[in-house]
Amino acid sequence: MAKKETPKLDFSKGWGSTFAPAPESTSHIQVKKQYDLFINGKWVKPESGKYFPSINPATEQVISSIAEANEKDVNKAVKAARDAYNKVWSKMPAKERAKYIYRIARTIQERAREFAVIETMDGGKSIRESRDIDVPLAANHFFYYAGWADKLEYAFPNRMPKPLGVAGQIIPWNFPLLMAAWKIAPALATGNTVVLKPAETTSLTALKLAEVIADCGLPEGVVNIVTGAGKTGAALVNHPDIDKIAFTGSTDVGKIIQRSIAGTSKKLTLELGGKAANIIFDDAPINQAVEGIVNGIFFNQGHVCCAGSRLFVQEGIADLVISKLKDRMETLIVGDPMDKNTDIGAINSKEQLSKINDYISIGKNEGAEFYQSSCAIPKKGFFCRPTLFLNASQSHRIVQEEIFGPVLAVQTFRTIEEVIEKANNIPYGLSAGVWTDKGSKIFNLTTKLRAGVVWANTYNKFDPTSPFGGYKESGFGREGGIHGLHSYVKF
Amino acid sequence: MTYPDFNKTVTVDQVGIEERCSRFQARSIKKETKVEGLKLALNMIDLTTLEGKDTEGKVRQMCYKAVHLHDVYPGLPTVAAVCVYPTFVKTAKEALKTSGVKVASVATAFPSGQSTRAIKIADTKFAVENGADEVDMVISRGEFLKGNYNFVFDEIAAIKEACGKARLKVIFETGEISTLDNVRKASEIAIYAGADFIKTSTGKISPAATMPVTLVMLEAIRDYYYQTGIMVGMKPAGGISTAKSALHYLIMLRETLGNAWLSNEWFRFGASSLANDVLMQLMKEKTGLYQSADYFSKD
Repeated sequence: MAKKETPKLDFSKGWGSTFAPAPESTSHIQVKKQYDLFINGKWVKPESGKYFPSINPATEQVISSIAEANEKDVNKAVKAARDAYNKVWSKMPAKERAKYIYRIARTIQERAREFAVIETMDGGKSIRESRDIDVPLAANHFFYYAGWADKLEYAFPNRMPKPLGVAGQIIPWNFPLLMAAWKIAPALATGNTVVLKPAETTSLTALKLAEVIADCGLPEGVVNIVTGAGKTGAALVNHPDIDKIAFTGSTDVGKIIQRSIAGTSKKLTLELGGKAANIIFDDAPINQAVEGIVNGIFFNQGHVCCAGSRLFVQEGIADLVISKLKDRMETLIVGDPMDKNTDIGAINSKEQLSKINDYISIGKNEGAEFYQSSCAIPKKGFFCRPTLFLNASQSHRIVQEEIFGPVLAVQTFRTIEEVIEKANNIPYGLSAGVWTDKGSKIFNLTTKLRAGVVWANTYNKFDPTSPFGGYKESGFGREGGIHGLHSYVKF
Repeated sequence: MTYPDFNKTVTVDQVGIEERCSRFQARSIKKETKVEGLKLALNMIDLTTLEGKDTEGKVRQMCYKAVHLHDVYPGLPTVAAVCVYPTFVKTAKEALKTSGVKVASVATAFPSGQSTRAIKIADTKFAVENGADEVDMVISRGEFLKGNYNFVFDEIAAIKEACGKARLKVIFETGEISTLDNVRKASEIAIYAGADFIKTSTGKISPAATMPVTLVMLEAIRDYYYQTGIMVGMKPAGGISTAKSALHYLIMLRETLGNAWLSNEWFRFGASSLANDVLMQLMKEKTGLYQSADYFSKD
């Protein structure tokens, strides 16, 4: 019997195929032309004397120049953090510490719009996501850990938890403010002081957070923010007076960090790359699963370490699911991140866009079937259409390696054993998704998938109360929840 | 055509449905998109009066409004249809004459559907013989909840036959069949039994139309289209009274089924108070000011 073509839906014309512009107002925000380093509660010029530009990836315009911290600057910051730890922060009663953290949380909420707009300007993510996800979650992390500050004995009963000292924290560019919150909140709650280095393409919201921290009257030196690229990060990692390194970023850099602190007494947590399997069984709520695929891979332009970048569909429903997915992709709006209707914003940087494009060529050469939605993309700025690679093989590089963009590799499977084997057959193990109407199947898979987070019938859900972290080359240590305290205390 | 086993319909995940609905509501519809959308919504309204106290006079007044929504705003469309009890079909038909506005009639012992099949068929035939272009039937929710899906299927098929050329809308009364899985099941039964439209509610039971329920029905329509290439219409009814929520429904319609469904041939709002709120918003877009509700006639 000839295979029947599934009829296609038409999204190309008519009402709603384009929307009148609905830009979020940017007039209320304050961004300085130049940012110095935030050390010991003050804005300090960098010893290096150097500044680098921060670019809006949607317009390629320079928003601000950011100080580049060298070794001397890092030394200053660590010294400030050490002094603050010894003299003030470690001596302060926990309930007083909590008050400061609550204050930070409330101030982020009060200034949520400003944070959202700057996050979108600096990083390229859609305003809908920075407004509805990044900023509220960041505030929630501070609220959540503020609550723990004076209850640590209950988190670790009879174990007398004590702070570590000075924490060096290095965060990525995909969720700049949120990652800063993930790092700073538990560190402060447990009584540590912090030197934080944001990613060089997205320093602005961390610097805004420094303003908030100063406004909240946090004792000087408790939080220090040093900006810069890899060298600045290396100076922080190698600094002898750091007690703990927390890093979120690529697996390659994670390995370098682990090597360089080997033999020291520094504690380490790493949250690295991922290549999550999103598994759709034939008994799944298919229409919601298609939404889950979209949310899994196209959320934040696919710049998500736990993105569902490998799709596994059971063979019997594969054609139907792919056909639905293609139709759904036609309704995704790619473009100006500041427009409230934009679903997929700008790729974070030129480098990242060229990396994604390299992987797209690799996928084509490997022989996977390439598909992109037909949407228009702006001429200026860094954009990438939502992309599928169908009929991908387990040994394709686009299946094995993290792309960190809106590119989904699609494979089919027949049996549950097969999909478990393929899902686990990867150096990473950060997250996974399972779609089925059958509860027992979910529990079966959650015990067998080697992934730190397994979502069932949903994807990319985050909450401060829930631990997050990986297996294998996706890192170790957990952030969030009661588990997130563990990495910042000794007993 | 092969008929599916209605005991094994596609499952629906309520959390996922609600999440998707909140995304539709996050769309920001402004300026010309808003004006165009509001006009489209007006043109999709089934202006409805279904009360025990209805009279010919009331129906005639509503029919005038159906064609002359707001004469101070030139170029407005008419509504799609007026929806009345079978006894008023004749009156409505006369009042609307050549306006192009259709007459829809509820039938089959509306709203409870508690009667015999013979009476339901007679009710339908009476409406059609009086000139109804469309028939809005109710399913037997009791039989449905008993799991007697074949009964429901046969009943719809029988009414469809009695409709002749009139288009059939099948009302599930989603407030009574309650779960989204049931809504999905009822949608499939009705569509395979020959419904031209599927419709959420009678307006007599709360909750009436909601976005999650409507989305589940739109997905059933989409899946049937994928299977057969045949289009089926959708009518959420009751509970949609603001222009803003009408626009959210249109976004949902467009992003679920695409451009082909964006006309009153395939989508209707069953509503009585929606039209005036849409008119008020249209006047606001035109003049920049909100006008008093008394500037809009209530028929």
